[in-house]
Order: sequence, then C-alpha cells, then structure tokens
Amino acid sequence: MNMLLGISILLAYQLVGEMLVVLLALPLPGPVAGMLLLLITLMVRGEVAAPLGSAANLLLSHLSLLFVPAGVGVMVHFHRLGEEGLAIAMALVLSTFATLAATALIMKGADRFIRGGQGGRG
Amino acid sequence: MADTGLDVLWVYLATTPLLWLTLTLLAYLAACWLYERAGRHPLLTPVVPTVLVLILVLLLTSTTYSTYFDGAQFIHFLLGPATVALAVPLYKQMHKLRKIWLPAILALFSGGVVASFSAVSVGWLLGASRETLLSLAPKSVTTPVAMGISQTIDGLPSLTAALVVVTGIIGAICGTKIFDWLGVEDDSIRGIAMGVASHGVGTARAFQVSQEMGAFSGLAMALSALLTALILPWLLGFVGFI
Repeated sequence: MNMLLGISILLAYQLVGEMLVVLLALPLPGPVAGMLLLLITLMVRGEVAAPLGSAANLLLSHLSLLFVPAGVGVMVHFHRLGEEGLAIAMALVLSTFATLAATALIMKGADRFIRGGQGGRG
Repeated sequence: MADTGLDVLWVYLATTPLLWLTLTLLAYLAACWLYERAGRHPLLTPVVPTVLVLILVLLLTSTTYSTYFDGAQFIHFLLGPATVALAVPLYKQMHKLRKIWLPAILALFSGGVVASFSAVSVGWLLGASRETLLSLAPKSVTTPVAMGISQTIDGLPSLTAALVVVTGIIGAICGTKIFDWLGVEDDSIRGIAMGVASHGVGTARAFQVSQEMGAFSGLAMALSALLTALILPWLLGFVGFI
C-alpha cells in the first residue's frame, strides 16, 4: 500500500510536469519539470514522506536496469557502427574523458577560487 | 522435430511482451550477481553484461528490436518516474548544494558544452556522417531528453539513445579512475562531473560509491539535461551546423 502511494506520487508529479511543459511550451523534458516541482514541494514541506522515500529508493537503486532497453537498441545500428565505428567509438571515449576531466577540474578550480576569495576577505 | 510443441511454444512466447520483459529482468539480476561476485569491478557494471547477453539472444533467435521493445518498454517507461525520484536524494543534499551552487553551475555549463563540442569535433575529424554527428551531439544527457533533442536537431533518436547508453557505460567504467588521476577527491565534485558526462548510468554507478556522489550526480544529470535542451540547438545553429 505504502509503495503504491509512493509510486503514485512520482507518476502524478511526472504527469503534472508533462502537462506544464506542453501547456506552457517549455523547452524542457516533462520528467525534469516533474523533478523540479517535487523538489520545491519537499523544500516547502521540509521532509520526505516515508512512502515517497521508499518508492524513490526502489527506482534509484536499480537505475541502470532502466537503461537496458535503450542500450539493446545498439543492435539496430550495427550497420552504421560497422561503417563509422572508429569515428563513433573515438568520439564517445575521448568526449566522455574530456567531459569528466573538464567538469571536475573547472568545479574544483572555481570552488577553490571562491573559497579563497571569501577567506581573503574574512 | 521442427513442428513440435517446443516450436509452437516459441512462436507463442516470442510474440508476448512477457518473454522479453522477464528475460531482461533475469539477465539484469544475473549481471548484478556477477558484479557483486567480482567485487564491484567497474568493467562489470550490470548494464554492460545485460545488454550484451540480450543482444546475443536476440540475434541468435532472429528477434527484431521492435519485438523485444514491446516487452522491454515497461522498464524503459520507468525512466520518467525515476527522473522525478531524483528530487529525493537531491533534497537530502540541499544543505551541501547551497554552499557550492556557483562552482556547480559553472562546471555544469562548461561541462555540457565540452561534452557536445568534443564529441562532434572528434567525429567530424574522423569522417563521421552528418546524421551521425547530429546524433552524437546530445549523447551526454539522459535518454528521454537526448532522444528529444536529437529529433529537434534532425539526428536519429534511436541511434542517439544507443550512444547515450554507451557514453554512460564509458563514464561509469572510467570515471572514478580519472578522478583519482586528477586528484579530485570530493564526492560532490566527482558526482557533478559524473552526472554531466554520463547521466543516469553514471549516476547509478555513483550511488554505489556513496549517497552523496549519487545525489550530486543525479542533480548534475537533471540540470545538464535542462541546459543542453536549451542551448544545444542554438549552439549548433550558431556554428552553422544546422
């Protein structure tokens, strides 16, 4: 019963998010809008109700399972992968490395710079 | 022998969603077991063996992807509520986020630009076709969003979906190693970088490292999906690509 309530809350927020995106022609995906709405609700309420917490936990603890159907879709593109495999593989690997490194280093640098600035004033 | 009960059974099962849904879950459970047995080695991140085994089974049984997806769509559908659910860990890390929001926004923005720009550049240098390049551009954001962006910019949404998952796997496998090399130790920074580069698959891996890394990865995944959806079509238009 509790789990059902939690799942229903998540679906309801997604539904409202999807509707808002369509009605207001927002350039963001419905589930992301739903997430932002739920986050605002939680901040206003100041707590996570137990059913919601357990439903969220269930979904997030098996997040990688949810990507399996899309991942299997690679098989539809074997032909393209054969022809452009090297370009695609290099693009994915190099770009992922670059993104991981750039994001981490920029954030670390900015964090240090801002803290350093505050430290200097204080 | 060919027209035995087994054959009839196969014909029946192969067309119901039940078979492929169940096989997806069983393959995933087996992959999780293997992952635990192997001491959570990143190369065995459960999504990797699961996808490989399922593709092999589909090829061996000459089953099309659309038949498979009839069953697997029930799992795919849960990506939506799972995205909404990210609000929960995010809320629990709010106190920490308040302290680092400015560097986080800077990192998100530049990371998102690096993700698309580097993928398209490398692909272009190595002679990938225009369709492939456009499908590559949104590969670092989570599947449903990336497919939407791909559609908007004239890529191939189904190719994008596959590239997104592979990108996630690369990040999940290599992420922690790269952070170690770079001397990035803070789990909030590791999480943000993981979420920007490798969306939900990276986030799943991050949750296995720590709740904090997972929450920040989830946050970064949500925000970069938002940012990329907003700026990527504009950015590609700006450089004259579409």
